[in-house]
Amino acid sequence: MAKYIKFLFVGIIFGIVLVKSEAVSWYRIYEMFKFESFHMYGIIGSSVITGIILLLVSKKFKNINGGLMTVPKKAKGLPRYIIGGTIFGLGWALSGACPGPMYILVGTGAFSVIIVILAAILGTYVYGILKDKLPH
Amino acid sequence: MNLIFTFIFMQSILEPWPWYVCGPLIALIMFILIYFGKTFGMSSNLRTLCAIGGAGKKVKFFDFDWKEQRWNLTVVLGAIIGGFIAHSYLSTPTNIDLNPETVITLQTMGFENAGKSLLPPELYSWDAVFSLKGLAILIIGGFLVGFGTRYAGGCTSGHAITGLSSLQLPSLIAVIGFFMGGLIMIHLLFPLIFS
Repeated sequence: MAKYIKFLFVGIIFGIVLVKSEAVSWYRIYEMFKFESFHMYGIIGSSVITGIILLLVSKKFKNINGGLMTVPKKAKGLPRYIIGGTIFGLGWALSGACPGPMYILVGTGAFSVIIVILAAILGTYVYGILKDKLPH
Repeated sequence: MNLIFTFIFMQSILEPWPWYVCGPLIALIMFILIYFGKTFGMSSNLRTLCAIGGAGKKVKFFDFDWKEQRWNLTVVLGAIIGGFIAHSYLSTPTNIDLNPETVITLQTMGFENAGKSLLPPELYSWDAVFSLKGLAILIIGGFLVGFGTRYAGGCTSGHAITGLSSLQLPSLIAVIGFFMGGLIMIHLLFPLIFS
């Protein structure tokens, strides 16, 4: 059990930061796709820049298990990223929630988001069925 | 003096946090998970939940040892708790500082009081959920997110944050896809859905 405490803690911080950043808000997502505010671009942009620096610096360091600090390499391919990404974007803009905020929103008391989560599980399941028939 | 600083600090905790605080904090969360020998990817949990539900018996894609993903489900549990803490104890009543233009556009589409809550009651209140259109929007939206994220092999956390931070081309393509989808939805489909 003890080894999970740190993940619980990371999750709690994640939930707090995403609520306080307002990135869990449907309105912020809408505003972003309307290009009417810098807010979301600021969050994602400053996160990526910080991330690039952290990952570059950390190449010399080892992780908690003594292994390398590595990020899994994404599989090669084009159709899956363009088509899958576009499908994701359609859903993201419509529901205003991506797979992290979905859970966080439930914590804020928005229980109807559970419907979105269940539908997302179904969507993932249907992808699993069709996987071998889709271009990747 | 100390008391005044503490007071000012507590007040600014209650206010929304600026993007230049939140962005780096999100990167730090990704970094800590990598330090723990894991990775930052929230959508994987949807696949794990399918596997827990027994989907592995029918579909090979879900036939894996989901117990190895328990750490990520723990992050999800934490995120729910974090959402509760932030909303109940660390926030003044929600009043998102949206662009006034955005608020007016939303009003013409039938969304009143934009920014006074995290989610629009026009979509997420129980009244909306129990209407055919409202329910269809949530189900279709969620389905597209779940299908698209697995097809693309990641979501905002896995591609936009982790993938771009590690300078991976596939993630850049996926993020371009996210935006194509989002722009099509908001600019072409919203006027049809909410007219």
